[in-house]
Amino acid sequence: MQFRPDRRHILTTLASLPWAAALLPAGAAADPLADSGLIALPGKRPLIKRTFRPPNFETPPLALRDAFTANDAFFVRYHLAVIPDTAAHDWRLRVGGASAQSPLELSLSDLKHKFAHVSVTAVNQCAGCRRGLFTPRVPGVLWEHGAIGNAVWTGVRLRDLLDHAGIRADAVEVVFNGDDAGVLAATPRFLKSLPVDRARDEHTLVAFEMNGRPLPHWNGAPARLVVPGWAGTYWMKHLSSIRIEPQAFDGFWMKSAYRVPANAFPIQRVAAQETADTWPVTSLLINSLITSHRAAERLPLGKPAQLRGWAWDGGSGVASVSVSVNGGGWRDAALGKDLGPFAWRAFEFPLDTATAGHMTALVRAAGRDGARQPEALTPNPSGYYHNAIQRVELEVA
Amino acid sequence: MRISRLSATLARTAALLVCVQAQAGEEVLKLDEGAGHDVVTTSCVLCHSLDYIQMNAPVMTHARWEATVRKMIDKFGAPISSDDAKVIVDYLSAHYVGAQQ
Repeated sequence: MQFRPDRRHILTTLASLPWAAALLPAGAAADPLADSGLIALPGKRPLIKRTFRPPNFETPPLALRDAFTANDAFFVRYHLAVIPDTAAHDWRLRVGGASAQSPLELSLSDLKHKFAHVSVTAVNQCAGCRRGLFTPRVPGVLWEHGAIGNAVWTGVRLRDLLDHAGIRADAVEVVFNGDDAGVLAATPRFLKSLPVDRARDEHTLVAFEMNGRPLPHWNGAPARLVVPGWAGTYWMKHLSSIRIEPQAFDGFWMKSAYRVPANAFPIQRVAAQETADTWPVTSLLINSLITSHRAAERLPLGKPAQLRGWAWDGGSGVASVSVSVNGGGWRDAALGKDLGPFAWRAFEFPLDTATAGHMTALVRAAGRDGARQPEALTPNPSGYYHNAIQRVELEVA
Repeated sequence: MRISRLSATLARTAALLVCVQAQAGEEVLKLDEGAGHDVVTTSCVLCHSLDYIQMNAPVMTHARWEATVRKMIDKFGAPISSDDAKVIVDYLSAHYVGAQQ
């Protein structure tokens, strides 16, 4: 695929967006192609470019205001640079492995016509979302708030495919491969694994649609894994192979990458992938995101204002969202429609603009499982799981 | 020595012509001039765009660059000689560090 970032389009886009100034160095000439300018991949609207190749593009704040993140605005995250554009009719999905009774191979047509269709609304969040906001800073793709999106995913249950192949009693994990690869043969393929019970969970899908449309190329066409409640690293794009195996998978992307210090986070456990020191990243933590206001925004004196955004967790569902203004007590925000336990949920809280001056607003979500966002982030070497309470500084004038 | 370095660079360049699927747009990325620039750009760009270097500069130290280059060689199979690895680490440590050493 080829694309040319259209400089005029980028500048026009930047000029039209109220929050775009935050993307540009203060006082510097606006050069959107330097560092984090907005650039459009083919089929995508202009997004925040983190890296060109492998492509890592973040959803801009304005597009995060939609309940369902638009397909052309959804973030793009790759580890490896060779990304085949597989035509739907050429695509095949192999289901096999040492613990499969009868391996099978499916075309996209087989997938769509031989198994029941299921839809789930779910947040897809990169484990490293907000890594760029860590203090002390850590290396990696320096995402801010936009390595996340909420969408309706439609496909078939992974469980139906696994059961069709037959899971032997000795099965421990299911290992997934996608079509993307490194430039060098020596670079490990991006392989991930799930324990059999998570793979057989009724909500785990092999999806071919996103928000009622075919998956965008950059989000895993023709079909990808959808693991609601778990970090995006497990949502294998361009899914090509599913292997049922009698032992825990020990490849680089499970054993060495996407690891957090043991006991650091209240996440779901996968004993077979734990060591004394580290655990694998798994389920999402309770979290929230303010979308209505950007830092240092001015609120007109006396004009009604609403603080809005989203809250989500790893699947227990959002119980409440609280707001604290200028150090005052926590007060409940109103919650929007419940789109399901894996979706994000809207919150809204009226801000008092009767008095001029500085305003600090904090937002804290709580899950139905009792978990609450912490005041401080939990340091970890790779910058995962940033779910600290978000603070926005505003100016009433 | 100079000739072998040159031929290594030529070999890398030839490999690039064959392998790299540059993402349009990344050609605007330029690294600081300085000793080691060419070795860095031809080695690193084989697998990824140069914005990875710029993006992480504020977080990096000499030790972190050393660990990162080792990871590229040992984990990702980057075909970089130990001589070139030293040139790369020295260049990155001179131009793309921001964290306290």
